[in-house]
Amino acid sequence: MPVITYREALNQALREEMRRDERVFLMGEEVGLYQGAYKVSQGLLEEFGEKRVIDTPITEEAFTGVGVGAAMVGLRPVIEMMTFNFSIVAMDQIVNSAAKIRYMSGGQFKIPMVIRGPGGAAHSLAAQHSQSLEAWFCYVPGLKVVMPGVPKDAKGLLKSAIRDDNPVIFIEGELLYGTKGEVPEGEYTIPLGKADIKRKGSDVTIIAYSKMVLLAMEAAEELAKEGIEVEIVDPLTLKPLDETTILNSVRKTNRVVIVEEGWEFGGFGAQIAEIIYRKAFDYIDAPIERVAARNVPMPYAKNLEMATIPNKARVIEAVKKVLYFD
Amino acid sequence: MDSEKLIEMYRQMLLIRRFEEKAAEMYMMGKIGGFCHLYIGQEAVAVGAIAAIRKDDYVIASYREHGHALAVGTEPRRIMAELFGKATGISRGKGGSMHIFDAERNFLGGHAIVGGHIPLATGVGFAINYEGKDQVVLCFFGDGAVNTGVFHESLNLASLWKLPVIYICENNFYGMGTAVTRAMAGPEMYLKAKAYDIPGELVDGMNVLEVWEKVGKAVERARHEKIPTFLEVRTYRFRGHSMSDPALYRTKEEVNEQRKRDPIVTFKQKLIAEGILSEEKFEEMEKEIKAIVDEAVEFAEKSPEPPEEWLYEDVYA
Ligand SMILES: Cc1ncc(C[n+]2csc(CCOP(=O)(O)OP(=O)(O)O)c2C)c(N)n1
Ligand SMILES: [Mg+2]
Repeated sequence: MPVITYREALNQALREEMRRDERVFLMGEEVGLYQGAYKVSQGLLEEFGEKRVIDTPITEEAFTGVGVGAAMVGLRPVIEMMTFNFSIVAMDQIVNSAAKIRYMSGGQFKIPMVIRGPGGAAHSLAAQHSQSLEAWFCYVPGLKVVMPGVPKDAKGLLKSAIRDDNPVIFIEGELLYGTKGEVPEGEYTIPLGKADIKRKGSDVTIIAYSKMVLLAMEAAEELAKEGIEVEIVDPLTLKPLDETTILNSVRKTNRVVIVEEGWEFGGFGAQIAEIIYRKAFDYIDAPIERVAARNVPMPYAKNLEMATIPNKARVIEAVKKVLYFD
Repeated sequence: MDSEKLIEMYRQMLLIRRFEEKAAEMYMMGKIGGFCHLYIGQEAVAVGAIAAIRKDDYVIASYREHGHALAVGTEPRRIMAELFGKATGISRGKGGSMHIFDAERNFLGGHAIVGGHIPLATGVGFAINYEGKDQVVLCFFGDGAVNTGVFHESLNLASLWKLPVIYICENNFYGMGTAVTRAMAGPEMYLKAKAYDIPGELVDGMNVLEVWEKVGKAVERARHEKIPTFLEVRTYRFRGHSMSDPALYRTKEEVNEQRKRDPIVTFKQKLIAEGILSEEKFEEMEKEIKAIVDEAVEFAEKSPEPPEEWLYEDVYA
């Protein structure tokens, strides 16, 4: 299988879907002439022209609404947020328009639209540029939320997201763009709403998504040296969530650690924990541990940033805690 | 204007230029992280505008704000330490390059969401009126911000409520890689003031005296008549959008052409021609500023990182 970057995988998905369906277009800041702030749309302007790769002014609220309007009457917009921090400006259109119109109209209108871009922290980008907002989107009925961690998933899921008839929030990782992985040759899709077991193991289940999958993998390697076999479940789609795969793993290992990059309080991991407690209470041998960001705006200083976001040591500590090792 | 004030303006512009050059150097060495947006080329805007206000007036800016902070008098070493993410930084190492704040000097930040601080400036103007004071607010933002909704909403409010705010667009002709003409309908943006029934004016941002004079008039109107103003100040950034932008969207020729308008070079020529400063004095000033900037780096270098206990401080009052 070819090994490509996460960025290239996304680029391929966009390219293939735009070739496949004339109604798909890409709109956002710097997506065209600049080839994308993070180069995800490299070469797309050349191939598809200005009609379908559209540079916008800094007007997130408006161009997100433009996407919704275009979707109402039959187009299939892909709206790029330069980063998801700026989606906050567009929140009204995402929550009040994109998520609601199908329901409010009694199913008369659908919104086949993808809003995509990087989320989470990068390196020292400070409080306004380092946010993991997935829990916000998951809260809103009518939105689907997808967060791939590796190139193969990024490509297959983006293709499915574009083909989906609902508004899909597709959150990438700025620090993931340069990471590499095997991607199947030729056409494939990965269904939304289906989790993936990233590593098989019998002692502990770690549930992690996006960048945190890579962290969980590193922790698992290290724990394996101590004879601890970790199973890693990557939900891939946070909403709708594949509860079955998660619960099956929990019933097998009986111990759970949930890792996410977002804030601990009100974080998406809390929702997963609630589902496990409610549906698999009898299978749990230790209180669920969560590893998440400290409940503070992201500090700029490197050392404080490191202390805020989850790291390998904290994941390992959490695993040992649910195993009652200390 | 007396020659002392002219010399001081020159000194401030030079300080900003040398400070930013050093910041670029430190960024390349990995001492500074995150996004770092330099003010090189735009110095005359902050310096000329801030020379026209009182110490008790307010200033608020975007993420390209090192120059504004230096112009209000924030110590260079405290800014450099902030860029280094050190405990002695003006924002305790928590803000970084995009979030310089200096409460003591009424400098209200350093904001990184394009357009996001424009309503804040409007709110400060509201508070000034609320308390019956006569201060004014200078609000600096880029050409890209003029396309945001909050810009237009703010100008409407400021006009409607007669707020003492001077909205200063630093038109450097690009918002990241997007030329103004590709992003803005009606790129003669000072004309947009008409829509809100307030004065709007075009200013040469490479001429520090013109900036000073025109902002000065707007300040008088705001202070005494509660009339807000929108100024389009035409300038240019000589470097990329941020340290990670190779600026492939514009030609070398264009940049070189703009460099002929370098606000520091042209102002120096003027000061020499008018016999206000001699070449030796300039040399002396260069040395003095180099010492300040070097000291700022040394201070930042030697300062400790913020202790981990600070993580949870400043979240709530
Ligand atoms: C709402 C929002 N969208 C996008 C960005 C990313 N971004 C940062 S600066 C910038 C360009 C701003 O250009 P301009 O307003 O002209 O200011 P300049 O950088 O030229 O000083 C963009 C798109 C952002 N910070 N905030
Ligand atoms: Mg600009």
